[in-house]
Amino acid sequence: MAKVHTIDLINLSKKFGEDLVLDNMNLYIRQNEFLTLLGPSGCGKTTTLRIIGGFENPTEGKVVFEGNDITGLPPYLRQINTVFQRYALFPHLNVFENIAFGLKIKKKSNEEIKKKVTQMLELVNLAGFEKRNIESLSGGQQQRIAIARALVNEPKVLLLDEPLGALDLKLRKEMQIELKKMQQSVGITFIYVTHDQEEALTMSDTVVVMDKGKIQQIGTPIDIYNEPQNRFVAQFIGESNILDGIMEKDFKVWFLSKEFICVDKGFDKDEKVDVVIRPEDVEIVEEDKAQLMGIVKNVLFKGVHYEMEVQTNDYTWKIHSTIMKDAGSYVGLRIVPDNIHVMRKEK
Amino acid sequence: MVTKHLSRIYTALIFVFLYAPIVVLIIFSFNDSKSRGNWNGFTIKWYIELFKNKEILRSLYYTLIIAITSSLVSTIMGTFAAIGIYDMKGFTKKFALNLNYLPVLNPDIVTAVSFMVLFKMAKLELGIITIILAHITFCTPYVILSVLPKLKQMNKHLAEAALDLGATPFYAIRKVIIPQIMPGIVTGALLAFTLSIDDFVISFFTAGKGVSNLSIMIYSMARRGINPVINALSTLMFLTLMGLLLIIYKRSEKEEEKAIEK
Ligand SMILES: Nc1ncnc2c1ncn2[C@@H]1O[C@H](COP(=O)(O)OP(=O)(O)OP(=O)(O)O)[C@@H](O)[C@H]1O
Ligand SMILES: [Mg+2]
Repeated sequence: MAKVHTIDLINLSKKFGEDLVLDNMNLYIRQNEFLTLLGPSGCGKTTTLRIIGGFENPTEGKVVFEGNDITGLPPYLRQINTVFQRYALFPHLNVFENIAFGLKIKKKSNEEIKKKVTQMLELVNLAGFEKRNIESLSGGQQQRIAIARALVNEPKVLLLDEPLGALDLKLRKEMQIELKKMQQSVGITFIYVTHDQEEALTMSDTVVVMDKGKIQQIGTPIDIYNEPQNRFVAQFIGESNILDGIMEKDFKVWFLSKEFICVDKGFDKDEKVDVVIRPEDVEIVEEDKAQLMGIVKNVLFKGVHYEMEVQTNDYTWKIHSTIMKDAGSYVGLRIVPDNIHVMRKEK
Repeated sequence: MVTKHLSRIYTALIFVFLYAPIVVLIIFSFNDSKSRGNWNGFTIKWYIELFKNKEILRSLYYTLIIAITSSLVSTIMGTFAAIGIYDMKGFTKKFALNLNYLPVLNPDIVTAVSFMVLFKMAKLELGIITIILAHITFCTPYVILSVLPKLKQMNKHLAEAALDLGATPFYAIRKVIIPQIMPGIVTGALLAFTLSIDDFVISFFTAGKGVSNLSIMIYSMARRGINPVINALSTLMFLTLMGLLLIIYKRSEKEEEKAIEK
């Protein structure tokens, strides 16, 4: 028998009144996996998480936990814990009592509770904070307490809903690294929700890109970035140049009234396709080596690279390059076959 | 200039008009004379007599028993009802809220007569039990109304967080929700206590023969004739209720400030 998944979502749909918020979702999550649900606001990420946590029932479909159907089981009977979007720490309890809340319900002995809470506070770098009042903590500290409060119960799965959303950029980056470390050291499955694509790509083992209640693509961060399956994913993950093209035959694609060599095959003859090219994959070259010629419309310095817009015949290219060209200059562009991604059009 | 003076005088007159009866009552409760007409010097003998009067002491005892029991029960019922209503959605919620307002707006005399009819129909003999039942019923909506705003202010994920950590719904209510809405519960309890002491009409119709609380007592004494002891008793009741209302007012003012700070 194949190893059972930690969680399977099977044909999951959710309606709020007449609104179809989740549309026939299928997904499995393996043990110790760091899986991220990524998508724009309102695409159904929180709803998916709430269904896994047991706070919302699916209109159709099943939630399966280690092979057992847990659809309809109340949250307090699930071996799953949640870090809520705004932490939801108990303001009338201090740090120690917050973290001990779940252990007390499980009737652990006082010594054990004390030991575990101390360990957890060390793990989240807040040793000695036991007696502190919740309202006296900074956002980042509250965040860590919320994680400690969930992790201390040793859940099989931890759900995190935009846990870093309220933090400033610097703290966010630090917490991303810490969270990833924690996940690896405790060995728990993380299901993480964010609408920040960079966060998703840096932290996850698997990224699930969602839009309008549908899964658009599931894959490793590298797959998702390099091989977007459709126009939405390409647009949502990083910046892209997306052009209408025609696949003449295997390894030959036609766009901007020109033929390009690519590495894709298996399309119908003359099938209409989307061509995706990342801004850093467009090279600026001398005229004799160029495939296209264009005029630089504007340039922005971004630290490591320059961001420019280059106007060719029918298209304005987004280009990231380390070569500086003044606005108004005439430049040659080249794209190597490997960096031309051809995708089927959405029906 | 002239209009300003006029408006001041006007306001002063209104206050005189509003407070004259109560001021006269308080002054004459210290009057050393049986008649209400003339002032014969200061005394506190009516107050002393008051505390020697067995009948009055018994009705004070009834008043307190009724107020404590009914405010306790209505606070518990009202708190759980408020949590229930808070958890409802859409039409049912609106319906429940309006149903709750109805007894608040209903004229006391109508409520009183309906209680009497109901108790007669149920073959309950009028007495301390019926009066307490009636008080519980009319106090509960007020408790609900003071608890609901606190529930709305609460972070709605707190209860979910408790369930998430393994708490049963009852445990979550006890350990998380109730501590969060405690200020509203206390205000509700004080309000119920005050309303119960304050009430005359409903008590009068549901008390039966043997039982009389202070307000019924004052009424029956006043019917028998003018008696300065009534003045003393009414003064004490007025001051007690005034004090309670002041506490309730201060509490809700403080809560509002807190809500604004957030
Ligand atoms: N309780 C509810 N009743 C009605 N509609 C809801 C409810 N909860 C969510 N929705 C709707 O479902 C859709 C998906 O919401 P959800 O919260 O899952 O989005 P999200 O992907 O988490 O978005 P965000 O990034 O803004 O948090 C939205 O259109 C939202 O308005
Ligand atoms: Mg959300």
